[in-house]
Amino acid sequence: MTEQFKLVVVSAGTSDPSSTRLLADRAAQRVATLAAEKQYKVDIQVVELRELASEIANALVSTHIGPKLQKAITALQHADGIVASTPVYKAGASGLFTSFFQILDNDLLIAKPVVLAATAGTARHALVVDDQMRGLFAYLRTIVVPTSLFASTEDWQDNALNQRIDRAALELVALMAAGFEKQVRSESWGRYQHEFGSAGGTELSIDLDSDLMRLAAGGHA
Amino acid sequence: MQFGVFSVSDITRDPVSGETPSEAERIDAIVQIAEKAEEVGLDVFAIGEHHNPPFFSSAPTTLLAHIAARTKKLIVSTATTLITTNDPVRIAEEYAMLQHLAKGRMDLMLGRGNTAPVYPWFGADIRQSLPMALENYNLLHRLWREDVVDWEGKFRTPLQGFTSTPRPLDDVPPFVWHGSIRTPEIAEQAAYYGDGFFANNIFWPKEHYMRLIKFYRQRYAHYGHGTEKQAVVGLGGQAYIAKRSQDAINEFRPYFNEAPVYGHGPKMEDFMEMTPLSVGSPQEVIDKTLTFREHFGDYQRQMFLMDHAGLPLKTVLNQLDLLGEEVVPVLRKEIESRQDPETAKPPTHALRVKEKYGDQPARQPRPNANRGDNVTGGSPYQDTE
Repeated sequence: MTEQFKLVVVSAGTSDPSSTRLLADRAAQRVATLAAEKQYKVDIQVVELRELASEIANALVSTHIGPKLQKAITALQHADGIVASTPVYKAGASGLFTSFFQILDNDLLIAKPVVLAATAGTARHALVVDDQMRGLFAYLRTIVVPTSLFASTEDWQDNALNQRIDRAALELVALMAAGFEKQVRSESWGRYQHEFGSAGGTELSIDLDSDLMRLAAGGHA
Repeated sequence: MQFGVFSVSDITRDPVSGETPSEAERIDAIVQIAEKAEEVGLDVFAIGEHHNPPFFSSAPTTLLAHIAARTKKLIVSTATTLITTNDPVRIAEEYAMLQHLAKGRMDLMLGRGNTAPVYPWFGADIRQSLPMALENYNLLHRLWREDVVDWEGKFRTPLQGFTSTPRPLDDVPPFVWHGSIRTPEIAEQAAYYGDGFFANNIFWPKEHYMRLIKFYRQRYAHYGHGTEKQAVVGLGGQAYIAKRSQDAINEFRPYFNEAPVYGHGPKMEDFMEMTPLSVGSPQEVIDKTLTFREHFGDYQRQMFLMDHAGLPLKTVLNQLDLLGEEVVPVLRKEIESRQDPETAKPPTHALRVKEKYGDQPARQPRPNANRGDNVTGGSPYQDTE
C-alpha cells in the first residue's frame, strides 16, 4: 500500500516560466522523489497566482470569490503539504502573494506543513522569507519547515541551493508522513478560533452550549 | 408570499449624469418610491438605519409613519433597525407608536450594524456588538409583552417598574425579523422566540445563506414553534429589469461598476452568476427568483433592492412598474402553485390578532389614573391587577 499526499504549489511568479515557479517546482519534485523512497506517492497541483490576479483583487475589495480563486482555495483546503513561492519586490513578498493568503479563512491552513520560498535579484533580500513571510504563515497556524528557500541570481549556479532544497523537501516529507496535520485537526480543531462557514465553507459546527447561545435563548450573559 | 422593496438610504452620485442628489431630493424621492411600491401592488416597503453620511435614514419611524399615512395597504418595515446602538426601550416605544399610527401595517427587522465608528457615538463598543444585540432584544421582547418590567442587564441602566407606552396595538407586539448573514447566535435567537429570520442575500453566494437558514429552521422546530417548513423566512434580492435583456445589462452596468460595496470589483456577469443579482428581462428575473425557494425552502417575504448606487428616481419608478406589473404577479402565481401546503402564511397584524384572540375582541389597555409615580406596585392598566 502506498499513502498518497496532495502537495499544492503556490507560485506568485509573473513570467512563464518564472524563476519563482522554477524554485517551487524543484522543491516539489524533490518532495515527490524523497517521498517515493519512503513508499509515498505525491500528487502535485500548481496554483499560479498570476492567473488569479483579478479575482484576488476583487476578493480583497468585495468578499466576492471568483471561480478560479475558489478552485485554488479548495485545493489548499485538501492539501497535505504546501510549497509557497514568491518573488521579492521592494524588500518584501509580492503583494499578489500576501493578498492571496490574506483572503483565506483564518482556519483554512491550520497545522499544514509548508515550505516557504522566495526569489530575488539580489542576495540582500535573503531574510525576507524568515523575517517577513514566516509571520504570515504563523498567523495562519501552519507549520513552516525549518529550512527556508531563497534564490537570488547567483544562487542558481550554486550547489548549496540544491542542498537547501533537499533539506526543506525532506523536512516537509517528514511532517506529512508524521501525520501532524491530521492529528492536530482531529484532536484539537475545536481549540482554534472559527467562524460559522469558515475553513472554506466546511466549518459548520455550532456550539449550543456557549454563554452567547444561552443569552440568545433568553438567558443571561 | 409578500413582495417588497428595501432601501439602504444611500445618497450616491449617479455615475451616468454625474449628479449627486441633495438630502432633500433623496428623502423626497424615497417617499415617492414607497408610494409607487403600493401603487404597483407590492406589499412591503422597508428602509435601513444609518447614522453617517452618505445615508439619510437616521430616523426610520418618522419616515415610515409618514409613508404609512400616505398609503392604504403597504406594510412599512426596516432593513435594519439597529438593536445595538439604539436603546431597546426607545425601540419599544417608537415602533409601538408607529404600529398604532400605521394601524398594524408595520413590522421591523433587527440588525447589528457593522460600522465601528458609529458605536462610540452612541456610547457603545462594537466588540460587544453580539452580546449587546442579544441582551437588548431579550429586553425588547419583554417590553412589548409585559405591562410592567423589572430588568437588569449589562448594557443599559436597570429598569424598575417600567411600562413601555403605548402598549402594542391590540396588545399584539410588532412582528420581528432578525437579519443576519453569518451569526448563528442571531439565528438561534430568532428561532427561540419564534420570530422571523431574514437573509439579505445580496453580496455573497447562496451557499453562505443556505447554511444559516437551515440552522434557523432546525432550531425553530426544536423550540416547538412549528415544523422546519413553518419557520418564517425572508430574503433579499437585487434586480434591474428591462423589456429586453441586453438593454437591462447596458443600462445597469455603469451603476453596478461604481456601486458602493461591490463596485470597482467583480464583473457584473460574474456577480450575477455567483450572487442573487438578476439583470435582465422580466422573465429572467422571474426565473432566477423562482430558484430561491429551491435553495432556501418556501419562504414568506421577498424583498428587492431597487434604488441604490445612484439610480435616478425616474429609473427607479420605472423599475417598480416593471417589477410590480410584469414580475411579481407571475411570481405570486408560480410560487403559489409550487409552495408546500405546510408553509406558514406571511406575518400580518390581522393574522397575529387572530392567532392570539381567535374571534374574541382584542385587549385594549386603558391606564389607571395618574398616581404621580409608576413604581409602587400594581398594574398601570385597568384590566389587570
